[in-house]
Amino acid sequence: MATARSWINRCLTPKVGLPVKIIFAASTLCWLAVLGLWVGLSYGGVVPNMFLPTPGAVFDAAVRLTNDGTLAKHVGASLEVVLIGFAISSLVAVPLGLLMGSFRIVQAFLEPLVNFIRYLPVTSFVPLFILWIGIGLEQRVAVIIFGTFFQQLVMIADVSKGVSKDLVNASYTLGATRRDVVFHVLGPASLPGVLDTLRVTMGWAWTYLVVAELVAASSGLGYISLKAMRGFQVDVIFLAIAIIGLLGLITDQLFRLLRLRIAAWAQ
Amino acid sequence: MGTVASTKPYIMPALSEYAAVESRLKVEGVSLRYQSPSGETFTALDNVSFEVPDQQFAVIVGPSGCGKSSLLYLTAGLSEPSDGAIYVGGKKVDGPGADRGMVFQSYTLFPWLTVRQNIEFGLKRRGLPGDEINTIVEFYLNEVGLAKFAQHYPKQLSGGMMQRVAIARALANDPQILLMDEPFGALDSQTRLQMQQLLLQVWGNAKKTVVFVTHDIDEAILLADRIYVMGARPGRIKEVLDVPIDRPRSMDVVMEPEFIRMKRRILELLHDDLAEVH
Repeated sequence: MATARSWINRCLTPKVGLPVKIIFAASTLCWLAVLGLWVGLSYGGVVPNMFLPTPGAVFDAAVRLTNDGTLAKHVGASLEVVLIGFAISSLVAVPLGLLMGSFRIVQAFLEPLVNFIRYLPVTSFVPLFILWIGIGLEQRVAVIIFGTFFQQLVMIADVSKGVSKDLVNASYTLGATRRDVVFHVLGPASLPGVLDTLRVTMGWAWTYLVVAELVAASSGLGYISLKAMRGFQVDVIFLAIAIIGLLGLITDQLFRLLRLRIAAWAQ
Repeated sequence: MGTVASTKPYIMPALSEYAAVESRLKVEGVSLRYQSPSGETFTALDNVSFEVPDQQFAVIVGPSGCGKSSLLYLTAGLSEPSDGAIYVGGKKVDGPGADRGMVFQSYTLFPWLTVRQNIEFGLKRRGLPGDEINTIVEFYLNEVGLAKFAQHYPKQLSGGMMQRVAIARALANDPQILLMDEPFGALDSQTRLQMQQLLLQVWGNAKKTVVFVTHDIDEAILLADRIYVMGARPGRIKEVLDVPIDRPRSMDVVMEPEFIRMKRRILELLHDDLAEVH
């Protein structure tokens, strides 16, 4: 039997694998520590409940808002914005990014502009979008698109650029035309990288969602947080944050499963 | 119909249509020069000319930087010579095509396709009917001994198996010439010996012209009908040697006096080349 000493040794050695049990224990421990700290600080009265709600209060808020239907309505509104914005952005960014990475001329044409826009803070455009589009759904969708599209474009171009030249050459010697190379080599070869990019940028879409909903909205999780702040309902703010985290986690896992399913041939 | 076709053994298309061509590959005064960023001209190949007869196994050996791989890329049509021309089957090379199959040193199987689909790739691009594709694929799966692995993905294969698929994939197109760029360079020495024997066997059955590039002298003598020894700076052919060893050749030929005599001669040529540089 392995001694406790040897396990400690393994944990302290760089780049050494560990059994699943230890990994699971470490992950659980971190969560328990955070929750324990929260329980201690709130129930122990160290921080006033006005600033830090008790876990029980957050749970009560969840039950209350679920029962009167508010929660479902706002979660639905947020999901709608994120999914529409992310879908529109991805539908354009994926094909355009693949072209940008495959054809030097497309890259030369788009890259300087894209790199300029990419570094502009999305938040600085929010007032402009409100002025142009108003404060409806379209405005929030625009913020999501603006936040994710240019990042996706550059990342997907990199994926396509990373496809091995030998793979392309091999297909030419097998009789592939340039069209074949684009559709039968560069396309499928980029698939795992494209899915990884979508998974990462989906996380950013959630971030921009809250930005959009905090500034100008009449529904959504960001909106109820802002409203709760005005009414000193810290429990509702905590609830909104927890739900955004949870929804982010679920979409992330969905993308992970999707990749395992349709790109199983990659690692 | 389909069942009849699949029971019939696959017969290689007749080579008689090319019978009038005495040299399968003809390299005529080929030079390749690069412009370095600082404006200097680097001569990778300097006025190289040679011919490879039909169905011959030609091996090009030389030190790194002698342009031996460049010669294959030029023949494949993946790059263009600065001067001169290359003819394959009497036709001037102008861009890549399925008539010149190539096996690369790096693993170039399409990772999203199974072994079977990899071998089918070129045949599908040509739009052959399905039952014809199946017959050809079955034939070459058996030739390289991978019939059991038809449904495997490249990541499930060893390096040697991947190169066997690459050979099958190139030959399935029935090319005029098979170009091989250090195809066994990344394999361990045991696998390498097996692959050399397998290649000789497949080559014997397929009756193809092969141009094989390597820096391994043993490999060159074991495989070749004729060896082209190249020198570097500028890249050129220094000497052409015929290998007077009977086929079939086993791994034991490395002990034969003729083998050792050739090896010594090639080493001399390569050492001369190194001496010229330093």
